[in-house]
Amino acid sequence: MAAGLTYEESKKVVWRGFWLLGAITIVEVAIALVGNGHVIDGFRLPIYVMYPLMIGLSAYKAYFIVKEFMHMGHEVRDLAMSVLLPLLLLVWAIIAFLWEGAVWGERRTLIKEKDAIETGKKTGSILQAPEDIPTMITFTK
Amino acid sequence: MATETTAVEHHHHEEDHSKGSDWSGGVSPMNASYGKLMMWYFLLSDAFTFAGFLIAYGTLRFSVPTWPVPDFVFQALPFLGQGYPLIFVTFMTFVLIVSSVTMVRAVQEGHRENKNGVVFWMALTILGGAAFLGCQAFEWNALINHEHMSLTDDPFGTHTVAGTYLEGDGHGINVGDKFKAGDPYLVHKHDGEFHFLKYKADSGEVGSTTLGPKAFGALFFFITGFHGFHVFSGVVFLLIIMMNVASGLYVERRNGYEMVEKMGLYWHFVDLVWVFVFLVFYLL
Repeated sequence: MAAGLTYEESKKVVWRGFWLLGAITIVEVAIALVGNGHVIDGFRLPIYVMYPLMIGLSAYKAYFIVKEFMHMGHEVRDLAMSVLLPLLLLVWAIIAFLWEGAVWGERRTLIKEKDAIETGKKTGSILQAPEDIPTMITFTK
Repeated sequence: MATETTAVEHHHHEEDHSKGSDWSGGVSPMNASYGKLMMWYFLLSDAFTFAGFLIAYGTLRFSVPTWPVPDFVFQALPFLGQGYPLIFVTFMTFVLIVSSVTMVRAVQEGHRENKNGVVFWMALTILGGAAFLGCQAFEWNALINHEHMSLTDDPFGTHTVAGTYLEGDGHGINVGDKFKAGDPYLVHKHDGEFHFLKYKADSGEVGSTTLGPKAFGALFFFITGFHGFHVFSGVVFLLIIMMNVASGLYVERRNGYEMVEKMGLYWHFVDLVWVFVFLVFYLL
């Protein structure tokens, strides 16, 4: 049983958790629906407001599940640290790989622009004037 | 096995001396059984597996200019059809939260050595897990058989420029309909072939709709499928353990139904993973 709690008290913690997780989920979905213009006609939230809110609320849900439902908050410190510290590697992984993904996208755009110049084809809004195009990659035929 | 007296001595030892003495033998430094500890480390490794999948999703999403819009892709409801963005997946999330709550209750009844209570709450947890799988089956069916999404075809596109349709698709889009940059669209199949629509961009150029980012289908089916497989395995193990509980197998052990507690850790982990799957696929 959770540290020092009576049976009745632990039952309360569980149902509080249910309402908390349910309420957060509803708030998240409400942010998505209002933010994407489904509720109020013509009203949208910018993603730099929506995304941090959604990510923050989800992180709190995860924290609550691990701490209360999985009882990590009541385990000894050495156990908690042996499980939680390795997860810090993910901080690096997320930053590194999202960065890498963005670079792939930039490279693909660049190559498409270069291809458009080579074939003399104008491709929509991407290509404005040849002197705008970066010249980092050279193609040999 | 330490006898009663040595265990007591060790406890005194711990209180009298420095903190590090937990690791000098005789007591369990993590204050957890081998099985529970190993469940935690399995879940840690599983967290890395899921993180690998989700980071791959993020990387590919960052590498393309547009991405399928969640509230456009996920808007089907059973019996009611299309037009209910994110409602069904919110219900699925609730089902999983409820089954997590019933699981905690099963663990609590286990601590009180209340056999019937454990069986009752585990049975509800199994129902929740099965309901979630049923919902997922509906969702996959809608995407595969009605919207024709596959591992390699993603019919959910996004306009990158504003313009006017030059043809209709017989599914609500008519000639002359206008669209803005960022508006999502679904490419319908006619006679087994995707039917792309010609449009005239506001810049004057004529273009045609295309399929969405190719990786979307594979990422969606692999990640939600891997999660769903965890739910399925969870349901199977819950069933086995529930039958063991009912048969009285754990009564003799007098360890507060620790097997149920370990199962609970796994089940909450599945809920935990869903928090992130829900975030990246349905909210962002």
